[in-house]
Amino acid sequence: MPLFAQITNLLAALFLLVAFAMLAQRRIVHLINLYALQGGILALSIVAVGYGTHQESLYLSAALNGLLKVIVIPLILYRLVRRLGLAWNRENLLRVPTLLLVGLVLNIFAFDVALPIAHLAGTINRDTFGIALASVLLSLLMMIVRTTALTQVLGFLSLENGLIFAATSVTYGMPMMVELGIALDVIVGVFILGVFFFHIREEFDSLDLHRFDRHEE
Amino acid sequence: MIILSILFMPLAGAFVLGLYGHRPWAFAANIGFSAATAVATAVMTARVLAHGPFLALHDQAFVDPFNVFLVDLTAFVTLTTAVFSRAYMHIESHMGRLTAGRLRLYHSMFQLFALTMLVALLTNNIGILWVAMEGATLSTTLLVSLYRTPASLEAAWKYFILCGVGIALALFGTIMLYFSAHALIGGQASLLWTDLDRVRTRLDPTIVGVAFAFLLLGYGTKVGLVPVHNWLPDAHAEGPTPISAVLSGLLLNVALYAVVRFQVLADGSLRDRWPNQLMMAFGLLSVLVAAFSLARQRDIKRLLSYSSIEHMGLATFAFGMGGPIAIFAALLHMTVHSLTKSSLFFSGGHIAQKTGTQRIDQIQGLLGRNPAMGWAFMLGTLAILGTPPFGVFTSEFLILTVAIHKEPWALPFLAVGLGVAFAALFGRMQAMVFGETRVPKAPAPTSLWPSFLHLALVLTLGLAIPPALSRWYTAAARLLGH
Amino acid sequence: MTSRALILQCLQCALVFAGAPLLAGWVEQCRAWFGNRHGAGPLQPYRVLRKLWRKELVVAHAASWVFRTAPYLLVAAMIIAGSIVPLLAPIVPLAPAADAIALVGVFAFARMVSALAAMDIGTGFGSMGARREMLIGFLAEPALLMVLFTPALISHSTSLAVIVRQLTTTRLFLYPSMAFAASAYVMVLLAENARIPVDNPDTHLELTMIHGALHLEYAGRHLALMEWAGAIKLATYMAIGIALFLPWGMSATGSASGIALATGLLAVKMTAAGTALAAIETLLAKLRLFRVPEFLGTAFMVAVLGILVHFLLGT
Repeated sequence: MPLFAQITNLLAALFLLVAFAMLAQRRIVHLINLYALQGGILALSIVAVGYGTHQESLYLSAALNGLLKVIVIPLILYRLVRRLGLAWNRENLLRVPTLLLVGLVLNIFAFDVALPIAHLAGTINRDTFGIALASVLLSLLMMIVRTTALTQVLGFLSLENGLIFAATSVTYGMPMMVELGIALDVIVGVFILGVFFFHIREEFDSLDLHRFDRHEE
Repeated sequence: MIILSILFMPLAGAFVLGLYGHRPWAFAANIGFSAATAVATAVMTARVLAHGPFLALHDQAFVDPFNVFLVDLTAFVTLTTAVFSRAYMHIESHMGRLTAGRLRLYHSMFQLFALTMLVALLTNNIGILWVAMEGATLSTTLLVSLYRTPASLEAAWKYFILCGVGIALALFGTIMLYFSAHALIGGQASLLWTDLDRVRTRLDPTIVGVAFAFLLLGYGTKVGLVPVHNWLPDAHAEGPTPISAVLSGLLLNVALYAVVRFQVLADGSLRDRWPNQLMMAFGLLSVLVAAFSLARQRDIKRLLSYSSIEHMGLATFAFGMGGPIAIFAALLHMTVHSLTKSSLFFSGGHIAQKTGTQRIDQIQGLLGRNPAMGWAFMLGTLAILGTPPFGVFTSEFLILTVAIHKEPWALPFLAVGLGVAFAALFGRMQAMVFGETRVPKAPAPTSLWPSFLHLALVLTLGLAIPPALSRWYTAAARLLGH
Repeated sequence: MTSRALILQCLQCALVFAGAPLLAGWVEQCRAWFGNRHGAGPLQPYRVLRKLWRKELVVAHAASWVFRTAPYLLVAAMIIAGSIVPLLAPIVPLAPAADAIALVGVFAFARMVSALAAMDIGTGFGSMGARREMLIGFLAEPALLMVLFTPALISHSTSLAVIVRQLTTTRLFLYPSMAFAASAYVMVLLAENARIPVDNPDTHLELTMIHGALHLEYAGRHLALMEWAGAIKLATYMAIGIALFLPWGMSATGSASGIALATGLLAVKMTAAGTALAAIETLLAKLRLFRVPEFLGTAFMVAVLGILVHFLLGT
């Protein structure tokens, strides 16, 4: 196995590890740190794939992802956290071991789905497909169990990280136009959510989504 | 060129109205931009009629019999909704529910939403399709929470998160499809639908199977298929009514369009009817759940949105059955549902505005209070329930006929679903339209004519489908069923 | 069995036995530095041991032979464990005597002995500490086994010597699964050696003690032996970690120059590992006891993930 493929595999494993850490992390600030770390791993793995396959366009994609996910979005989130006064907030997350166990089951499921696919694929990094699928499922789980608006959004962003990871490590990147479109959507989405947080807090005095009344079904 | 001009109109509209959307002339400008878009699509349609389907913009955009009528429908409903929106939003801003900034946002996002719909329909690139669908979510999120009430914020949050997750799953499916085609086509072309369609029988079935599951669940969220429909009633009920009309009339259609495009690819690759069965199951479940939920609604706009879920489920079921007649019926159903439902939202919106409530039990005697409004709502409800001679009857009749032949097991479920929905909607409508009223008669708002126009079109489609449209449907059915 | 291997084995035993307090002292010194204190120097544990050794031996009236033999058994178990782990070269004669799983068994035996000894007197704190210690062991052992399975799967053997030989002889190869195993191992190491965040080795509050409560009734020579056993345990755990995750530089043949190089490298690795441990302890806060199962559950999950990743990626 060539060295770059080993490095991508290692980064893939670290990516999954961070996804797990995000699932179990209670403190919002640490969650943002983990998100930035995940973005960094993502950018590095894109660089590794670009180096291995001699695709210069991937360097651009790595730079874009790195800029967006390691610097811009975490900075926006830090600002939001500071302005909303959530710096030391921690979420009541019950039963972390159970949560991790469910995550583990999801992982087994994802790997099981991925195994036949991985053997068919021609690309060198086919093995990372299962990891990408697993981290997507983990982010979904995180969105389900989180109860505050900000943490749900972090789950959403990490979901998007997993998707980009799938796109680059498995297929060597989507066409640039599509990637730019996705990046644009993400950044606009983050801005809209930022606006949202203030509206929600204005109306509900909290970002805890349990405060949403149950309206008529 | 013509495609670029179609897309340019709403884009320019979004820019101009983003700056001046609060001026008194903005309401008319909104209609103007929509009309310009409609004219451009008409020109394009004429060209398609004359020269047949074509690819454009380096194969990134294409027009074929399937999307051409949806593009026309989208442009048309956007135009009529803009007309309705003029009267409706005038009243809203007079009532002081909107500031200048929010009005700018509303007009700009209305045009942007139209743009994303048109891009999603016209693009040949499944990646761009995804970007456009996500753009549609983003542009309407802030509109759902336009009134900033707690309920509307909750609705918008639900809408954003559920559709965001759904659309993310769809992206995963898109990536997998790209992945499966990469080995066969290679490079940029692996994302082009026409190229994928060419090699669809050689795509790897395992990957395509998983990809289709993700795509159906992902875009199905936007179609409003049960069990991922939760956002839909909230988003429809809390946003301004013109937005409810375009969400129901257009967004759901476009999302279903995306699902069907991928179903064609999956069919070719899998050949074991698994995608069809999946779609039939989702469709049937949506019909049933929506029908029984209809009986419990107390809010007029939520009532209408559950009916949308039911009808989209029916169309999904028809696409799932496959075969030329079922697909013909499904396409017709998409058209008539879109027209009827937006018409109902127009009249329903005015009703809510005049009576000052969306609660069904507080609305009575519409015919006595305002005959035009009452008639529009009554005829619209009758049309959506599939009473002859409206177009919905034709499409539902066709779907049921095919179901008797091909999927007899589904018939009891369909019959129960449609029956319960009929009873629920008809009963609600009767209570609202008839009955005593003590409120004096009010003059009809000027913008009810789009509502009647839609109903007239639905009636025409029920009596006789124009040959040109029929040819399109047949050609599209052949394209999707081959 | 060559005489060279015998000499090597004796050297390793001596190194583990004599060097362990130095490592513990180094960790304490680093913690002092990180905490902006001067510290007593890395040799402090030796002074403590000497002082304790000279003290009069006091044994509780209720103590039985279990209580009296426990310190000796503990030290013996730890020295056995320390001699099994490949430290300088994977050819030590005792290495085939026990594989990784048996090694876990040795640690379990030591834990049982210390728990029994603590309960022997019948004081409240002793039995409370024993209970807590068994709880932690109960949770940490499966995690440790899972950690060991990943390298075992890679090298198709549960023998530590074979694992190390396999890992050192193949050319540089990144094992993603080992990243998981390593993270889980660090967590298990913290728990098993009564470090922060699971236990505070410095605490004087009996109610918060876990490991410390086991030693409360001991004095003099016995206490010195217990402390010494603890230090050897820490050194052995670090040696296992180094053997599994950073085995490079170990002498494959056991030649004199190779051993000299390996010893030098081992000193560097141990110093670095000790510094890292001190850094972890400084950065983290102690967990509440009820959170410890969560902590070790996480370690277990991560280790299992490592195995899964191994199966998925095939490396």
